[in-house]
Amino acid sequence: MTKRTGVFVCHCGNNIAATVDVVRVAEELGREEGVVYSKDYVYMCSDPGQSTMAKAIKENKLDGVVVSCCSPTLHEKTFRDVTEEGGGLNSFRCEIANIREQCAWVHSDKPKATEKALKITKAAVKRVQHNQSLTPIGVPVTRKVLVIGGGIAGIQASLDLANAGFEVILVEKNPTVGGHMIQLSETFPTLDCSQCILSPKMVEISKHKNIKLLTQAEVKEISGFVGNFKAKIHQKAVYVDPETCKICDDCAKVCPTVVSNEYDVGLTSRRAIFIPFAQAIPATYTLDESACLGLNPVVCGKCAEVCEAGAINYDMRPKVITEEIGAIIVATGFDLYGKENLGEYGMGRYADVLDGLQFERLCSASGPTGGHVLRPSDHKEPKNVVFIQCAGSRDPETHCAYCSKICCMYTAKHATLYKHHVPDGQAYVFYIDIRSGGKGYEEFVQRSMERDEVMYLRGRVSKVYEKSGKMIVLGVDTISGKNVEIEADMVVLALAMQPSQGTADAAKTLKIGRDKDGFLAEAHPKLRPVESVTGGIFLAGAAQAPKDIPETVCQASAAASKVIQLLSKDELMHSPTVAKVRLSHCTGCEMCVQACPYGAIDLGAPSNKARVNDVLCEGCGTCQAVCLRAAIDVKNVAQVQIHDMINACLGV
Amino acid sequence: MAKVEQTAKDETGFEPKIVAFLCKWCSSAGSDLAGVSRLQYPSNAVPITIMCSGSMSPMFVLSAFNKGADGVLVSGCHPGDCHYLKGNFYARRKIYLVQKLLQFIGLENDRFRMSWVSAAEGAKFAQVMHDFVTDIKKIGPQTRLKAKRP
Repeated sequence: MTKRTGVFVCHCGNNIAATVDVVRVAEELGREEGVVYSKDYVYMCSDPGQSTMAKAIKENKLDGVVVSCCSPTLHEKTFRDVTEEGGGLNSFRCEIANIREQCAWVHSDKPKATEKALKITKAAVKRVQHNQSLTPIGVPVTRKVLVIGGGIAGIQASLDLANAGFEVILVEKNPTVGGHMIQLSETFPTLDCSQCILSPKMVEISKHKNIKLLTQAEVKEISGFVGNFKAKIHQKAVYVDPETCKICDDCAKVCPTVVSNEYDVGLTSRRAIFIPFAQAIPATYTLDESACLGLNPVVCGKCAEVCEAGAINYDMRPKVITEEIGAIIVATGFDLYGKENLGEYGMGRYADVLDGLQFERLCSASGPTGGHVLRPSDHKEPKNVVFIQCAGSRDPETHCAYCSKICCMYTAKHATLYKHHVPDGQAYVFYIDIRSGGKGYEEFVQRSMERDEVMYLRGRVSKVYEKSGKMIVLGVDTISGKNVEIEADMVVLALAMQPSQGTADAAKTLKIGRDKDGFLAEAHPKLRPVESVTGGIFLAGAAQAPKDIPETVCQASAAASKVIQLLSKDELMHSPTVAKVRLSHCTGCEMCVQACPYGAIDLGAPSNKARVNDVLCEGCGTCQAVCLRAAIDVKNVAQVQIHDMINACLGV
Repeated sequence: MAKVEQTAKDETGFEPKIVAFLCKWCSSAGSDLAGVSRLQYPSNAVPITIMCSGSMSPMFVLSAFNKGADGVLVSGCHPGDCHYLKGNFYARRKIYLVQKLLQFIGLENDRFRMSWVSAAEGAKFAQVMHDFVTDIKKIGPQTRLKAKRP
């Protein structure tokens, strides 16, 4: 037990000082047993604050430090660095008492909040008095990266990493990479053809010697820790050998099964054996097991008969691939908000009510109509098209509370593209606000209004219904204060973006957090936006929040650079707060061996007592809670420390 | 939210002492989110951050009651979402047994509670705190396990 603890209480400007009497906290702590120094300061994390701390540690020969301030997720590292580098004391002798997030910000009664802050700080003092000096454990790293999701985010991150010399395993659930971006016709605000800018990157993925692409594959299990993960990847049987497939289309011509085409969002159909689109990567046909008549030559087998290259093999089986990797980037993207949720707009009921992605396909030269905007119901050119923004977004009562961010821009793009295709048509846009922050974005929206005469109506639509072949849109224009009724030929909904099913699955497999809307949670909203809370797992793209292509590319490159930073070191430092066995108390009962989630404990010779592998141990403490004889403890979170903290919390 | 605090007030002026064991990865992060969102809740519970709800020894609970706690809360990641893979499953089983034991000893059921609060559930954390304090205020001070001190 240490004897010379120092306490540093931060005002955090007024953040803490407004509700907690910090001066009193510092004074009372100064009278605690074993505390030889106690001081409050307005901003402990500032340069002068840090210098004061370093000086006090040296001058008072402190052997334990408590900083009473914000959450340890924010400044634990800062103050531990000050303790070690400035104060010359081992960084593990420093503990944080969180009196901001867990106290000052959640209470308004000053005397009560001060009482609580006192208890929290006293508990931290009790804890630090038992802390030991520890040195991080060096662990070698695997210089290989797993990227989950082959949309633009995953593609960009993979290429950046591969070009930096790292091996990449890119896992994609679908038969091709490209994600949603490859479905787009043109991109705002420059109207670049989406396929023209993405296809070269897709080809590069398939040719790059450092990238191993696994399509129709999903990550099923992740174990290990930062620098040394192990992934179990399940890959579906594809039944077509990509090396021998000549992409001749003979097989699809004879295939008798017709199913809806995902690439065209259901506007066209495909066969059970198919290639998603001509530029798909990997460039091969693939057999959709769920649609095929039976993978049995007796049942059908037409495709195998006509394949001259002999690429089709019904005996292929799913594979389980195990890979060792050092870091993971999750780029699992978004889905559109379910159309079944928007019954009032008639989606799914009327063929001429489309979502944004379907309209993209209609505008695209590679789309179902060869680039002509035609009504899906009767293939006539629509003369009046209504675009409805915020379909599902910004509606906390019934749908998503958040803004999907990209819809204002893509609706302006849709209206512009529509006018390019149908110059004598009229586009109407119902909007709540126009949010066009971004380089060249506002100018683009203005151009759509002025040059393409898109009529913007500020208000919401209450209902869409069909009347003699027309879609009747009932809405309101809040600027003129009048109800509006438009006889439209086609309605396009800017549906909200929501995290994809793959995002939910990945979060579950990787055990990383999601926010209240289901998007992946970043470690810090401002300062660590591409990292998850778990070390070695990074985030990119719309899986983290709705974002457009430039932002997604930015985040993907940022995530890649974070991975490069991580894996550039020869070894990573593993936290030394691991379990330690008191051999005098251990009876070798094996309770901890069975409880350890990481298999880090075994019984060792010669005394046949528990033995901890420091590298595997993550310091969760599950072992200490099962040990009947209190023979195992996690360093610096030992049971004696928790008992002392309980006493401090209860004022005894 | 200030209203919430007011309704929790008791005429007798009894302010329960509560110890809240929060796992580092979910519930402690959830309490941080409650802070960042400035959600107000009663200040009775003092948080102790532990690495995982699975490291929660039954001794901690008994010790807290022995030292005069009126309520003890353990909060962890949702089942299946444990940062340490399966720690909260251990916690769930163990806590069930501790609850049985406490019942046997004659302690009111509501004094010992487990909750699942993820890092995204700041509002839930505030609600759990508020509900727990309200319930304990209804039961009154805990004397069954409190050590007699001179």
